[in-house]
Amino acid sequence: MQLTNRAKKLEKKPMTLAERAYLPAIFQGLSITMRHFFMKKATVRYPEEVRPFSAIFRGLHVLKRDEQGRERCTACGLCAVACPAEAITMVAGERKKGEEGLYREEKYAISYEINMLRCIFCGLCEEACPKAAVYLQADKMAPPRYERDEFIYGKDRLVEPVSPDERSVRGIQLTPEQADALRNKMAQV
Amino acid sequence: MLELPALGWQSIVIFVVFAVSLLIATYCTYAERVIAAFLQDRVGPDRAGPYGLLQPLADAVKMFTKEEFFPGGANKALFVFGPCLAMITALMSSAVIPFGNNMSFGNNAFFLQGIEVNIGMLWVFGVVSLGVYGVMIGGWASNNKFSLLGAIRAASQNISYELAMGMSLIAVLMISGTLSLREITLQQSVAGEWQFWNIAKQPLGFIIFLVCAFAETNRTPFDLPECETELVGGYHTEYSSMKLGLYLFSEYVNIFVVSAVMSVLYFGGFNFPFQYELRDWLVSNHDWTLAGAQNLITLLGTVGLFLKIFAFIFFFMWIRWTLPRFRYDQLMRLGWTILIPLAVFNIVLTGGLILFGVI
Repeated sequence: MQLTNRAKKLEKKPMTLAERAYLPAIFQGLSITMRHFFMKKATVRYPEEVRPFSAIFRGLHVLKRDEQGRERCTACGLCAVACPAEAITMVAGERKKGEEGLYREEKYAISYEINMLRCIFCGLCEEACPKAAVYLQADKMAPPRYERDEFIYGKDRLVEPVSPDERSVRGIQLTPEQADALRNKMAQV
Repeated sequence: MLELPALGWQSIVIFVVFAVSLLIATYCTYAERVIAAFLQDRVGPDRAGPYGLLQPLADAVKMFTKEEFFPGGANKALFVFGPCLAMITALMSSAVIPFGNNMSFGNNAFFLQGIEVNIGMLWVFGVVSLGVYGVMIGGWASNNKFSLLGAIRAASQNISYELAMGMSLIAVLMISGTLSLREITLQQSVAGEWQFWNIAKQPLGFIIFLVCAFAETNRTPFDLPECETELVGGYHTEYSSMKLGLYLFSEYVNIFVVSAVMSVLYFGGFNFPFQYELRDWLVSNHDWTLAGAQNLITLLGTVGLFLKIFAFIFFFMWIRWTLPRFRYDQLMRLGWTILIPLAVFNIVLTGGLILFGVI
């Protein structure tokens, strides 16, 4: 039975003298391997040399701050809902009086955790976020770790770092108490 | 000025030859990996030292610190003796290879050669055939069916190809009329004469010898005794630690020796083109003494011989990463029905050419 007419009819011809002598084929093979000897090598010597990331690479997450250095995240939970791997958990809290320099909205995330072992780096959290708070960085990867619980990234490792001093440089009004509170908070994590 | 008797100088030469064979075999393991990598578009080991040059040391440390395992029911004495024999025979055969012409300092003249004997070629063949015993004993003493099968394959392959190898050699001996490797080398370059290396007179013999050399050293495409991708591991299945290392190492020493033998027999050994012209030019135009110029020529010749040897070693590795392995019946058919008749034909052809005065 013939399903298609693409089948090729092969004839088993007796080998020619050159084929039977085997030597021409050897020289052909040797020339091919010699060409490869001088070709550009595919190896990237990793620690010294890093393969460049694509501009749209989706790497390690970051929780952004706004232009005044306040956390943008309002703990609405849309990223957690959007996450197909269920890697994101968060606890929402109410902003106290005097914390206006820390959190942009009245509601904020007390804790925000992403499990990098569950995360599939699809970027749906980034798309879901209404406050433009969570982004997947194009130049960072979640590095390997020895312990599984080290892969659960909390706010300490996710929030964009801004030191209290840097904030004052950027012209943000912080009362001394607020700055102390922030320093304590960062010292704790 | 050092005043050593002739034997003293010679023993230094022997020691140097021994050390150099070991050093080259060591770096063959590195070269093998780098060449394999380059032929496969990779870069190979480059972590240990600059360009990975300390990799052989790392490998040696690994080999020495691995567990030394004796299989149950193995004959312990023979189990240890096998790799030793393989290594000893591999190293012994480099003793007669002329690595350079004569050198002289004052009244001390010596050859850059371990021992100058008039049966050099026979010595190489005799010792190399002993190497089969190392493989055979190792395979038998392991008390393992697969090791024994691998050893038998190795032994039958080596014996089959030794025949064709010996016969291709006879044609060379017919031209040279001597078994001394030094004599054969010197005949390939005569002062004031237009003399070709033996490869020009024996192209067919050289190809036969080359193919047999691959089979004798158990290299791809004839690495059936080992063929780590198909068998469990051949005759050294049960070996571990440095005893395995000795087997692998002896293979590289054998490659070095057989490359040296091929360079000497067919590629002029320590001769290089225009050496006598260079010597005479130094003596007449630059006021060198004849002995000094000869010493320089000898050293240059040694460098040249090693370049030839390295080229052959590279060729061995190049072939390894190009050709697939032969099947066992193909191997035997090539040896018995093609190479041996070809070698006999080569003898007849050489005889005819000598008779009619062509070479």
